[in-house]
Amino acid sequence: MSDGLFYLLGGIAIFGLLADIVMMSRVRLARAGNLIGVGAVLLATIATLSKFDLWSSPWPISALAAGVILGLAGAYRVKMITMPQTVALLNGFGGLASALVAWSAIDASGQFERNAALLALSIGLLTFTGSAVAAGKLAGWLSQKPVILPGHGPLAVALLLAMLLGIVFNLPCLVLIASALFGVVFSIRVGGADMPITISLLNSLSGVAGGISGIAIGDPVLVCSGGVVGASGLLLTQIMCQAMNRKLSNILLPRGAVTVTGRASAASEAPSAEQPPWSEEALASALCNAADVIIVPGYGMALAQAQGAVKKLADRFIERGAKVRYAIHPVAGRMPGHMNVLLCEVDVPYEMLFELEAINGDFKNCDVVIAVGANDTINPAANTAEGTPIYGMPVLSVSDAKCVVVCNLDTRPGYAGVPNALYTHPKVTLLTGDANASLDNLLKILG
Amino acid sequence: MSPYALTLLFIGSAVIGYFLIRNVPSLLHTPLMSGMNALSGITLIGGLIAAAKGSLILAAMAIILAAINVAGGFGVTDRMLAMFKSGKEKVR
Repeated sequence: MSDGLFYLLGGIAIFGLLADIVMMSRVRLARAGNLIGVGAVLLATIATLSKFDLWSSPWPISALAAGVILGLAGAYRVKMITMPQTVALLNGFGGLASALVAWSAIDASGQFERNAALLALSIGLLTFTGSAVAAGKLAGWLSQKPVILPGHGPLAVALLLAMLLGIVFNLPCLVLIASALFGVVFSIRVGGADMPITISLLNSLSGVAGGISGIAIGDPVLVCSGGVVGASGLLLTQIMCQAMNRKLSNILLPRGAVTVTGRASAASEAPSAEQPPWSEEALASALCNAADVIIVPGYGMALAQAQGAVKKLADRFIERGAKVRYAIHPVAGRMPGHMNVLLCEVDVPYEMLFELEAINGDFKNCDVVIAVGANDTINPAANTAEGTPIYGMPVLSVSDAKCVVVCNLDTRPGYAGVPNALYTHPKVTLLTGDANASLDNLLKILG
Repeated sequence: MSPYALTLLFIGSAVIGYFLIRNVPSLLHTPLMSGMNALSGITLIGGLIAAAKGSLILAAMAIILAAINVAGGFGVTDRMLAMFKSGKEKVR
């Protein structure tokens, strides 16, 4: 294949990737966009196979076939509930593949290429080990709690420095060891609710590793797609950080655990009682007469696998003539958009899912809020308790509603460790225990 | 292409990607992430090039891993996107 044709096909493939992203911004076009992405990768693969006359070499072709079969078999077999760890694991594979590609180019002729190869090697490897640890945490094989080693901060910085030294002075083995360890040290200290940020960041890094290994081996298609994936992950990371009001540096570089100050507990005191707590009859009548209902899902819903019960309750409200909407906090769950996937799986139409900004003003007009397994994302302390980890984080203002039912497993603080002022709020009825049972009780009240 | 031109290409595509991705609604953040994750497996062609240059075992490992990433990533993305249905589609 001539160089001209190769670059033309490469250009078409890159155009396809961009079309994929543009179509991803519309729900109806997204699936077709994904297929265009498949086509683009296929085209780039065929062009590369032809240019380097690889069609008849048994090794690469059989490796390709084996990978595709394994990948597809896995993709159609995994359960939706395991999606966060599946994405993390796949991401790790991509990172490791880029690291291997980079390793094949560390003896390149030019100094610039050699440095690029080492840089790609380090980012690819730390993506792999970091993703593996993240996947392990998400799957429950490792503790979801942050693990902080003695001297964690200095250790991370030292590893990072060793990595940079290895890259600058051409020491592949040092890069190998330091980056692999750095990935572990980085991921191991991230806890449950910071996972959406970590996963987005690792996603970005796998793209960057691919792009830079593309520079090392001189392939423009790889470079472009790496750049796009890197940007996508970075943007998601930014969105997740904003949604939690956290700086990326706080998650990257350990600064020790944040302690909850006295002001937080002060904020968790119930505001002056404007009305007595809901009696059973009052609650039943509020539920039965509700015309406008907002459901707020959180990670607890995923843990309890209560999305089916939530849908059932929503359907009952709709049968009774109520308007039902879902309020989705950007960081609810363990990956960006986690709640949307769970709810769509049980056939909730996507028009009923609303983002934080789109629905937050409507709580004051709504009759009933049902929060299922949500904690930090609805904690009013975020507005008042200065000095706590969640202070300044945008939260769903559920207490604006007339009646709030919270179905949580227990009254322990959420991941951020800040007591939830809602639990003692006069408007709130707290149903502790398994969310499925709590939702079933509500369903019985509705009759 | 010279590595310096490629570096510029890397930065340019990241900037274009950033502005295109900003339009993706948070509703689709998971499929976006897994779709982009699948795309990062395009390092597959890097593996093929490495194979052409002679490092066979290394390349074969890279190809298998990247192919799993691509096929698996696009597969789960398609499965997820198939679930996103509007109210009208459900009635049908």
